[in-house]
Amino acid sequence: MISADLFSNAVVSGLLLGGFYAAVAIGLAIVFGQLDIVNIAHPAFIIVGAYIAYILNSRFGFDPVFVGLLAAPAFFVVGAVIYRVYFLAFERTGQESLSGLAFFFGVMFIIEVVLILIYGVDYRLVQADYIGQSWRIGFVDFPLRMLVPFAVAAALTAAIYVFMSRTFMGRAIQAVAQDRLALQLMGADPVRIKQWAFGLGIATAAIAGSLLIVIGPVEPSVGRLYIGRAFAIVVLGGMGSIKGMFIAALILGIVESMVSTFAGPSWSPAVAFGVLAITLALRPAGLFGRR
Amino acid sequence: MSDRVLQVSGLVKRFGGFVALNGVDVHVGPGERLGLIGPNGSGKTTLINCISGALFNDEGSIRFDGQDITRMLPHRRARLGVARSFQIPKPFRSMTVLENLRVPLEYAARSRAGQRRVVDEAMDLLQSIGLGHCAQHNSAGLTQVDMRKLELARALAAKPRLLVSDEAMAGLSSAEVDEILEILLALNKRGVAVIMIEHIMRAVMRF
Amino acid sequence: MKAAAFWGTLAAIFVAGLALTTVLENEYYYNALYLILQAMLMAVAWNILGGFTGYVNFGSAAFFAMGAYTTVALNKALGLPLPLLILAGGAVGGLVGFGLGYLTLRLKGVYFAIATLAMAIVIETFIANWTYVGGARGSYMLTPDKHLWFDSYIQMLFMVMLLLTLGAVAVSRMLNSSRLGRGLAAIRDDEVAAESAGVPTLRLKLVSTTVMGGMMGVAGAPFPYFVTFVDPVSAFNLFIAVNAIAMPMIGGTGHWIGPVIGALLVGTTQEIVKVTVSSELNVLIVGVMLVVFITLAPQGIVGLVKKHWKRKP
Repeated sequence: MISADLFSNAVVSGLLLGGFYAAVAIGLAIVFGQLDIVNIAHPAFIIVGAYIAYILNSRFGFDPVFVGLLAAPAFFVVGAVIYRVYFLAFERTGQESLSGLAFFFGVMFIIEVVLILIYGVDYRLVQADYIGQSWRIGFVDFPLRMLVPFAVAAALTAAIYVFMSRTFMGRAIQAVAQDRLALQLMGADPVRIKQWAFGLGIATAAIAGSLLIVIGPVEPSVGRLYIGRAFAIVVLGGMGSIKGMFIAALILGIVESMVSTFAGPSWSPAVAFGVLAITLALRPAGLFGRR
Repeated sequence: MSDRVLQVSGLVKRFGGFVALNGVDVHVGPGERLGLIGPNGSGKTTLINCISGALFNDEGSIRFDGQDITRMLPHRRARLGVARSFQIPKPFRSMTVLENLRVPLEYAARSRAGQRRVVDEAMDLLQSIGLGHCAQHNSAGLTQVDMRKLELARALAAKPRLLVSDEAMAGLSSAEVDEILEILLALNKRGVAVIMIEHIMRAVMRF
Repeated sequence: MKAAAFWGTLAAIFVAGLALTTVLENEYYYNALYLILQAMLMAVAWNILGGFTGYVNFGSAAFFAMGAYTTVALNKALGLPLPLLILAGGAVGGLVGFGLGYLTLRLKGVYFAIATLAMAIVIETFIANWTYVGGARGSYMLTPDKHLWFDSYIQMLFMVMLLLTLGAVAVSRMLNSSRLGRGLAAIRDDEVAAESAGVPTLRLKLVSTTVMGGMMGVAGAPFPYFVTFVDPVSAFNLFIAVNAIAMPMIGGTGHWIGPVIGALLVGTTQEIVKVTVSSELNVLIVGVMLVVFITLAPQGIVGLVKKHWKRKP
C-alpha cells in the first residue's frame, strides 16, 4: 500500500519542482514556442547563470536569487547579440534547420567545455539561510530550497505573461510569431523584435540558473538533463502559450516526482522524453497550442 | 464503374472539430478533364491531399483503376500513377532542374534504365514544356512561371494516369497562363486524366 | 572524381599506410592517426543521415559506444578475434540505428534531433547499470600479444582503422551518386514532395539510420583495445558527438568528400593543439571551429570551393 504520507510528499515536491521547471522552460517557450528558434543551448545558459550565482555567493555572500536578477540584464544583452549573429548567418539565408541546430549545439558545447576548463567537474553549491530549512504542514514537508524557487518562478511566469499580453513589445513578439508580414506592413521591425524576444529568453536563464543552484549542487554537464525537460514542457504546454507552459511544467514536475519516488531516481531524465514522445504522438498541438 | 480511373466515394475529412470534406464523391474516367473551382477554404487542397495520400481521410473510399488505395502511402500511389503538383512549388532546392526530374523518373516511374536513358528522358520532357534551356540551372533560382512548369514537369515525369494540378496558374500573367494550359491540354491528349483546380475562370472555361 | 582515380587513390593510401608502418616506430603518431581516422569514420557515417538525408543526429556517441561495449561483452564472453568483433559491433550499431529510425519515423527536424539525444541518454543509463561490462566503474581490456607482422599492436590497429575508414568513404561515395542517394537528397530537400514523387521515404530513412548506426558501431568496436580502459563517460563522450557533427559541417555536408576534408582539418588541428598547447583546450577547438565555420561558411569547405569555381569564367 502506498502511504498517504509518501504520496502527498511526492505530489508536493513534484509541484514545487514543476514550478522551478517553469523558470527553466519559459525562455524556451518564448524563443522556440513563439519564434521557432531551436535554441538547445538554453539549458547551458542556465548553467552559466548558476555558476555566476555560485561565484558571487561564495565570494561576496550575495543571495543567489538576487544575483540572478542582477545578472538578467547582462544576459539580455548577450542574448540579443547571439540572435543577431544567428539572424545574419542563418535566418536571412533560410538555412535555419540544419545549420541553426548545429550552431546552437556548438554554442552549448563551447559553454560546457569552458566551464569545465575553468571550474572542473566538481559540484558547486551556494549558501543561503533558507537552504536547509523546511516548513511542515501536517505530514507534508515544504523544503524552503524548493519553495523559494517555486515562488520566484511563479512570479517570473506571471510577469512575462503580463508583459506578453499588456505591453507593446510583448504583443509585438506575439505578432511576429503569428504574422511577420503584417507586422512589417504596420511599421515594426521584426528583426528588432525577435532580438528583444531572444534577449528576454536568455535573461530568464540567469534567473533560472540561480534557482537551479539553490535547489541543488551544479556541475557543467547538468544542463544536458534539462534539454529534454524544457522542450517537453514547451511542446506539452502548446507552442506559444505561457499559461500552458506553466501547467505543463507542473505536470512534468509531478510525474517526475512520482516516478522518482516509486520507481527510482535514475529514471527521472527519461520521464521528460517519455512525456514529449506521448504528446507528439497523441496531441502534437499540446494543451493550449496555437496550431 | 471499373473503367473509371478515379472513384472517390463518401469522402470525409475532419481536422479536430472542423469538417473540411463532408461526403465528397468524385469520379474521373480515363483521359477525362475535370475542372474544380471553389472559394478559398472550401476544401479543394484537402481533397487533393486525400487523393494523393498526403492526408488520410476519416471516412469514405478512394479507388484508382479499380484498386482501393484509401490507406496506401503516397509514394505507392505515385507509382500506381497518381501525380499531383503543389500549389506552392516545392522544388528539390539542392538539385538542378534536370536532377529534379530524375527523382520521379527513377522512383515513381520506376525507370531502371541506365543513367544515360534517364537523363535523356528528362531532357526530352524539359524541352517539351519549354524548360530545356535551364536544365542545368539550380532549381531554387527559377522565375515564377518556370517554377510552376518544373512542378508540372516533375508530376509528368512520374508517368501518371491521373494528374491533379493545384492552382498551377495562380499569379501568372495572361500569356503564362496560356503556356501552362497548353501543357495540361497536351498531356490530356496523350490519355492522361487531369483534374485542374483553378481560380482563373478563363483557363477553366478553356479547359 | 572518376571511379578509376578514386579507387587508385584509395589503394595508394592503403599502401602508403603499410609503408609507414615499416619505417615509423614512434607510437605517438599511430595513436594520433588512429584518432583522426576514427573521427573521419564517424563523420562519414554521420553525414549519411545528416548531410545526405537531412536528419540531424546528436547522439552519435551512443552508436559508437554500443560498438565498443559489444567488443567488451563479447571479448569477456567468447574471446573473439578482432575482425569478428568489428562485424558484431557493426551489426549492433546497425540494429540500434534501425531501432532509432523505426521509433522516430514520424518525427521531423528538431524533434528527431532531441529524440537522438534522448536515446543516447537512455542507452548510456542502461550501460552504466550493466555490471557485466563494468557498469559505471568501467572495464579493462588487455592488449593482445598477437599483432600479425606489425611491430606493435597500435600499428595493427592503425591499419585496421585505415581499412575501415577507406571502406566507409567508398560506401559513402557510392551512395552519393546512386539512385538511393538521390532519393535521400530528395528527402532532405523536401520530404513531402519526395514522397509524392514516388520515393519511399520511410524505408529510405530506415536504410539511412541503419547504415549510419552500423558504421558508427564499426568505428567503436576496436576502441576498447585502443584505450585499454572503457567506461561510460569516455565511450559516450559528448566530444565524440560534436566531432561527428562538426567535421561534416565544416567540410561540407552534401558531398561525400566533405567529412573527409573536415576530419583531416579538424582532427589534425586537434592533435597539434593537444601537443603544443594543452589537451583540455583541444576539446574546445572543435566547438569553436564548428560555430565559426557554419556561421561564415554554411556550405562548408566544399561549398567555398564550389563558389570559387563558379566565379572563374
